[in-house]
Amino acid sequence: MKVLVPVKRVIDYNVKVRVKADQTGVDLANVKMSMNPFDEISVEEAVRLKEKGEATEVIAVSIGPAQASETIRTALAMGADRGILVKTDGEVEPLAVAKILKAICEAEQPQLVITGKQAIDDDSNQTGQMLAALLGWPQATFAHKLELGDGKADVEREIDGGLQTVEVKLPAVMTTDLRLNEPRYASLPNIMKAKKKPIDEKSPADYGVDVAPRLKTLKVTEPEKRKAGVKVKTVAELIDKLKNEAGVI
Amino acid sequence: MATLVIAEHDNKVLKDATAKVVTAATQVGGPVHVLIAGQGCDAVADAASKLAGVEKVLIADDALYAKMVAETMETLILSLADKYDAILSAATTNGKNYMPRVAAKLDVPQVSEILSVVSPDTFVRPIYAGNALATVQASAGKKVITVRTTTFKAAGEGGSAAIEKIGAASDPGLSKFVGEELSKSERPELTSAKIVISGGRGMQSGDNFHMLEKIADRLHAAVGASRAAVDAGFVPNDYQVGQTGKVVAPELYIAVGISGAIQHLAGMKDSKVIAAINKDEEAPIFQVADYGLVADLFKAVPEMDEELAKLGY
Repeated sequence: MKVLVPVKRVIDYNVKVRVKADQTGVDLANVKMSMNPFDEISVEEAVRLKEKGEATEVIAVSIGPAQASETIRTALAMGADRGILVKTDGEVEPLAVAKILKAICEAEQPQLVITGKQAIDDDSNQTGQMLAALLGWPQATFAHKLELGDGKADVEREIDGGLQTVEVKLPAVMTTDLRLNEPRYASLPNIMKAKKKPIDEKSPADYGVDVAPRLKTLKVTEPEKRKAGVKVKTVAELIDKLKNEAGVI
Repeated sequence: MATLVIAEHDNKVLKDATAKVVTAATQVGGPVHVLIAGQGCDAVADAASKLAGVEKVLIADDALYAKMVAETMETLILSLADKYDAILSAATTNGKNYMPRVAAKLDVPQVSEILSVVSPDTFVRPIYAGNALATVQASAGKKVITVRTTTFKAAGEGGSAAIEKIGAASDPGLSKFVGEELSKSERPELTSAKIVISGGRGMQSGDNFHMLEKIADRLHAAVGASRAAVDAGFVPNDYQVGQTGKVVAPELYIAVGISGAIQHLAGMKDSKVIAAINKDEEAPIFQVADYGLVADLFKAVPEMDEELAKLGY
């Protein structure tokens, strides 16, 4: 079976983001960009399925600017077989991403799509669920453990109170949570090999999808900063402050 | 037109999160209706009918909804969507699971985890783990919104909404609930506790979390952890406070042996009062703490336990 893995190019998770002075967004100039961490987990899971002989082909898809091909190369170096770059500049909302992915799924017929549960830039946590709904497929979000069966998958999910297991019919969409696996680092030989793997270049128009944003961002601001408080010297002083000054215990 | 709130509950108890979403819903406008989808959930419907600001409670009581599986929730909510301008739910793992399906089928964008309602179509939401705030305006059409409940006050009691039974929608037959393993705890839930005490990598082991549990029991607090402590295997993931875990905003947050990585701060910096105990005086947690104690936690925490005992906690 084929596995499709969407990957997003985002600001590296170690970078401290800066809001632009004109409040139009976050400064992306000269900032290190990387694959969304949850998507790395998705690629890892898909590659492991291939190594176990459960998947025959892993396709990495990215929707974004020309540089998103680097993100696809990273996935190829981790073990994905080929890539599809849907080139578009500017922000693409989850609904439009889901529509493009739906068209790709109809063409490629994967049995499983593995997406990150959210991208760490817009923090929407929508794309996988929207894709599943548009395709009329089941979903298993926030995956902690995956077991493939005959025409189905059992997925253990991270939920607010603990863990939940659902059984979904295939084809399905799964979104990954942090503890599903630990993504590998690509080795140098694999990075070299990845350069020869094919990446198809497409545009949203090829799939008939309008990517114009439907939400209008009026402004982007910095949150109010907390001020550092005081240092106390002893535990007794701490408790006294909490009780008598702050009145919280 | 009216606004629909999808209730968060466990078939027995209506979660506090719902009362907070009702507050957000009244700000979005229109009469507010609450949908209870569950099984054997009459008590939940009764509780919802008493919330101030709720005009009507719809109850869909069916085995299909016992665990609020996303695919069945989608068809149920869509069967009602015609009558509503806006559909809101809490940004819990349930809400995050089914709401985007509803939005996609209605062909509208979802506005995730709103922090405030600026006007009926304009909302503030966190991006980059709360390191920036975006003010977004929804275009015409239905609005599908998830609410970060920590920033809304719970609607009070005093309502007396009518309760209307509705039938189940079709079963898409795509998935089924197999089982669950819920953490058992006598302590309050992390996201609704008034006091949270969390441990980080400095705790050194899962056993050492017992020290925090003792304090938690004295203060009726919930116990949390940083991602570092979870990754190190000290405690399960549902303890995790942070960008990739739970977002909390209690009256008092006590951070013990937590350095204060950006990812952790994202989950707790809206707490009213923050106290931190860390042996490294340069730890970033002290930059956000109202009260900082530079000390070895293995001395300070037992001492804290003794002091609290002396004071009768």
